[in-house]
Amino acid sequence: MVLKAKVEGKNEASTTKMSGAEMLLESLKRENVEVIFGYPGGAVLPIYDKIYDAGIFHVLTRHEQGGIHAAEGYARISGKPGVVIATSGPGATNIVTGLTDAMIDSLPLVVFTGQVASSVIGTDAFQEADVMGITMPITKHSYQVRDVSEIPNIIKEAFYIATTGRPGPVLIDIPKDMAIIEGEFDYSKEINLPGYQPTVMPNHLQIRKLVEAVSQAKKPVILAGAGVLHGKAAEELKEYAEQQQLPVIHTLLGLGGFPADHPLFLGMAGMHGTYTANMAIYESDLLISIGARFDDRVTGNLAHFAPNATIAHIDIDPAEIGKVVTTKIPVVGDAKEVLSQLIHQDGKRGDNQEWLDQLASRKEEFPLCYHGSTEALKPQKLIELVYEYTDGEAIVTTDVGQHQMWTAQYYKFKKPNHWVTSGGLGTMGFGLPASIGAQLADRSATVVSIVGDGGFQMTSQELSVIHELNLPIKIMIVNNQSLGMVRQWQEIFYQGRYSHSILSNQPDFVKLADAYGIKGMKATTEEEAKQVLKEAIEFDGPVLMDFRVVPDENVYPMVAPGKGLHEMVGVKL
Amino acid sequence: MKRIITLTVNNRAGVLNRITGLFTKRHYNIESITVGHTEVEGISRMTFVIHTEEDAVVEQITKQLNKQIDVLKVMDITDQAIVARELALIKVVSTPSNRNEIYSLIEPFRATIIDVSKDSVVVQVTGESEKVEALIDLLRSYGIKEIARTGTTAFTRGTQKHSSNMKPYSIV
Repeated sequence: MVLKAKVEGKNEASTTKMSGAEMLLESLKRENVEVIFGYPGGAVLPIYDKIYDAGIFHVLTRHEQGGIHAAEGYARISGKPGVVIATSGPGATNIVTGLTDAMIDSLPLVVFTGQVASSVIGTDAFQEADVMGITMPITKHSYQVRDVSEIPNIIKEAFYIATTGRPGPVLIDIPKDMAIIEGEFDYSKEINLPGYQPTVMPNHLQIRKLVEAVSQAKKPVILAGAGVLHGKAAEELKEYAEQQQLPVIHTLLGLGGFPADHPLFLGMAGMHGTYTANMAIYESDLLISIGARFDDRVTGNLAHFAPNATIAHIDIDPAEIGKVVTTKIPVVGDAKEVLSQLIHQDGKRGDNQEWLDQLASRKEEFPLCYHGSTEALKPQKLIELVYEYTDGEAIVTTDVGQHQMWTAQYYKFKKPNHWVTSGGLGTMGFGLPASIGAQLADRSATVVSIVGDGGFQMTSQELSVIHELNLPIKIMIVNNQSLGMVRQWQEIFYQGRYSHSILSNQPDFVKLADAYGIKGMKATTEEEAKQVLKEAIEFDGPVLMDFRVVPDENVYPMVAPGKGLHEMVGVKL
Repeated sequence: MKRIITLTVNNRAGVLNRITGLFTKRHYNIESITVGHTEVEGISRMTFVIHTEEDAVVEQITKQLNKQIDVLKVMDITDQAIVARELALIKVVSTPSNRNEIYSLIEPFRATIIDVSKDSVVVQVTGESEKVEALIDLLRSYGIKEIARTGTTAFTRGTQKHSSNMKPYSIV
């Protein structure tokens, strides 16, 4: 292959002449990119022409939004940056949602957008959009190529920026002519970014302060977020929590960072968290946040958030510290480094046995619960069944809404990187494409995509990709024939005025699956659900399941907006 | 209160947009911005003046600015010994009969007249914002036709008085 020959030749001469498109693909190879999610178009045709025989696996999603969400799922499971290519104008604007989603959930992406030729930029040329201007607030960094020889360096920097510090999406806008003209390819230049120096190693004094605080605390609690997963610090978290006997609570995105079946685990915090977790935060005297950013869905009313606690905040992003809550002990650093150092400090364990006993009995007394049904299918039961039939080992992706919360509540994640959801942005239509990326990142895993009937219909065209690549994804539509969470809020806060939240005219999802060449099944009772699930998981290939669940079921317990974490409703049946 | 934040940044296309966009996104109001080259090629200096009562807001602004890859250094220099200057051009209604009066009025401000026409003069003044403000107030009674102000540009003095209430926004 032509490109290959050029790579091999690199030792003799440090530079080689290449077109911008060739440079792009050669750079991606140097970064060990295995898969590109993309969609061709006029402005990226020179790049696609080189992809034709570049030997990198390319997934043609059916919409750019599907491509970027797939890349997010890939990034979440593989820990490597997801790579996306979209064309200029409409292609680029179609990835805006995914960029925002990746930005807020700190997922590493390297996204290429085509741009009209340099000579016509700014003239409102065909398929032109000011992509840099549009995406600046929703990327960690962005570049527009202005000189073809910059391409290798830009790509090298982009991968570095996307994956280090607090991960995030980096966008590279490539005018069409930059992909065509030739320049010297040199990938040996050192990265030189004086304005970007993430702090990985924590400050020793702050670590000592934290150790001291832990040894003094009577009611300590750890609030662990996705930073634990990004920092690959799950083992250290477990070791530290066990060593100091600290109870652990997860944010939505952190699930899996600490084993859900561990005695020290109290569940998820926040709006639909467990009563035990939320009360533990409310009553704590020391709250140690690790890689969590105090989202309003986690804190509830800030006036009542951990009112008696000393707040310690561990985060690799200094700007997160003090952003929402006043922090007494700030620790800037990588979660793995910080936890390793904490483990090796000789601080004595605090006297918190009484606290642990209190939490254990509360956990016993106030478990997550719902009214069962022998006739109809309860969504909570459905998630429990999925957990059971997958031995709690599946990679689970979701959309946003009720099904997402039930999954977070009833699928007990035991290991890191098994949970892919859109937490910060709350993106409907995320789950299905994300499962494509997740399955490509781990071919041998059982991937279950739990989606709502609303969100599914936002990106259902990606069924085509699942069929084409024969990815054995188990797609479960938790079908309550409504925009469930919207309906729930309208019931509770808008006097049951269900303004445009009822989806009364649904397609036949089984037939839809069939149209895409995918096995489709339907279940309306618990018994049927069991059979369908069993069959689906044993089936070697993709399956779409339409589960007709009780339509008016709500997610509880709940902290209503404006309320404190201690004011949960629906705690007991 | 008024805070003065200075940054040094890589002089790349779109950097100003990136930074002002950040202010917009976070809902921080900018009173003035000045930008210009520094002594180092490829590096520009920006001076921002913002109004806020909360230290937490300044801290957050500083940290968010620091996160930008093209931002090399951020300093809140409000509480330091600084040199801060603004330039203003003020077009004042003036007839030959009161021209001398205006001359004598602006003299203590070390302002100069840089253009004269039949019915107006253009006054140029440099100094701290308060001084510019004071001069504008004085000239207002003559009738001001137009004002163009640059906004504050500033940096720290060569020698700093020892001060204990300096706020370094470092989190360690």
